Amino acid sequence: MWRRFNFALKCAKMPANLCFMTLVPTAHAASEGLSIHLAPEVLTTVGGLPITSTLLTVWLTMAVLILVAFLGTRRLTLVPTRFQNALELLIGAVYDYIKDVLESEKLANRFFPLIMTIFLFILTMNWIGLLPGVDSIGFYKEVVTHGEAAAKLVPFFHPPATDLNITIAFALVAFVAIELAGVTLLGAWKYGGKFINFHSPLAFVIGLIELLSELARLISFSFRLFGNIFAGKTLLLVVMFLATPYVLPVPLIAYELFVGFIQAFIFAILTLYFIKIAIEEPH
Amino acid sequence: MKALAMAIAAGVGVLGPGIGIGILAGKALEAIGRNPEAAGKVQATMFIGIAFVEALAIFALVVAFVIKFA
Repeated sequence: MWRRFNFALKCAKMPANLCFMTLVPTAHAASEGLSIHLAPEVLTTVGGLPITSTLLTVWLTMAVLILVAFLGTRRLTLVPTRFQNALELLIGAVYDYIKDVLESEKLANRFFPLIMTIFLFILTMNWIGLLPGVDSIGFYKEVVTHGEAAAKLVPFFHPPATDLNITIAFALVAFVAIELAGVTLLGAWKYGGKFINFHSPLAFVIGLIELLSELARLISFSFRLFGNIFAGKTLLLVVMFLATPYVLPVPLIAYELFVGFIQAFIFAILTLYFIKIAIEEPH
Repeated sequence: MKALAMAIAAGVGVLGPGIGIGILAGKALEAIGRNPEAAGKVQATMFIGIAFVEALAIFALVVAFVIKFA
């Protein structure tokens, strides 16, 4: 049942992306050659729902992950080949770490798919955003800014984490998973009693503050990922318009690789630790 | 004027968390130096601490974005 729930969570991410399109305001801050804007660029509309370049990149990420998983598990042998060995190392190391943190094999079996999916998805998403061809291959669109028409390049692919819709969707998935973990493992009454209790006035206030910090996690999860990747992309853009566009971006892209990995790692690790805090018995 | 406000908000806002993360990482390095065997646990806890402090810097960044674009 939990496996189906995980699968449903993964399927629910896509409509969540599209639902939040209307919430993010369109903001254009265009200077001479750079166009830095917060909202993603809409390519087409399918049945009333907009398809953006970042959504296309998310689909590409999903295709890559599914392909790797399919190819890696096609002919499993007892003595593993190199590719299977690498996959086993990755999966095994993370599983052992989660089992260490949660201190129970049953709980590790429950939450390992979610944590691993979050980590792999965000990692692949960030790294695909750095490939050549992303953000440079597209089509030209006539756009009118301040009364003068210009041709703007609309890329087919775009780093997905620069889209606030996608990061809010991830944060929602993590938030719902954390709350559900607490509610299913402790019982709704006991879990709610952690936040709203009347043992003493101090405990009541502390409970309210903890409730507020639970909600603030939504914002901090989504904006941490968004801020890091968006700032990195903007920095790369600015550097490429400076004096040496062939030399200077190289160390920056190396740094972006590192940042992409760290952000994926932190997202997954924080979800794991918040789940651990949520399933603790109230003292 | 909005650009100036956004710059001040973002600049002053990341001052505190910058110092905070520096102190945190420094203490973690000290702890690892004292007890190299516990390096894994110290590192993991350091990451969580850094994530919380970084969240405050991100709140400042969000305020800066709201000033400029809303």
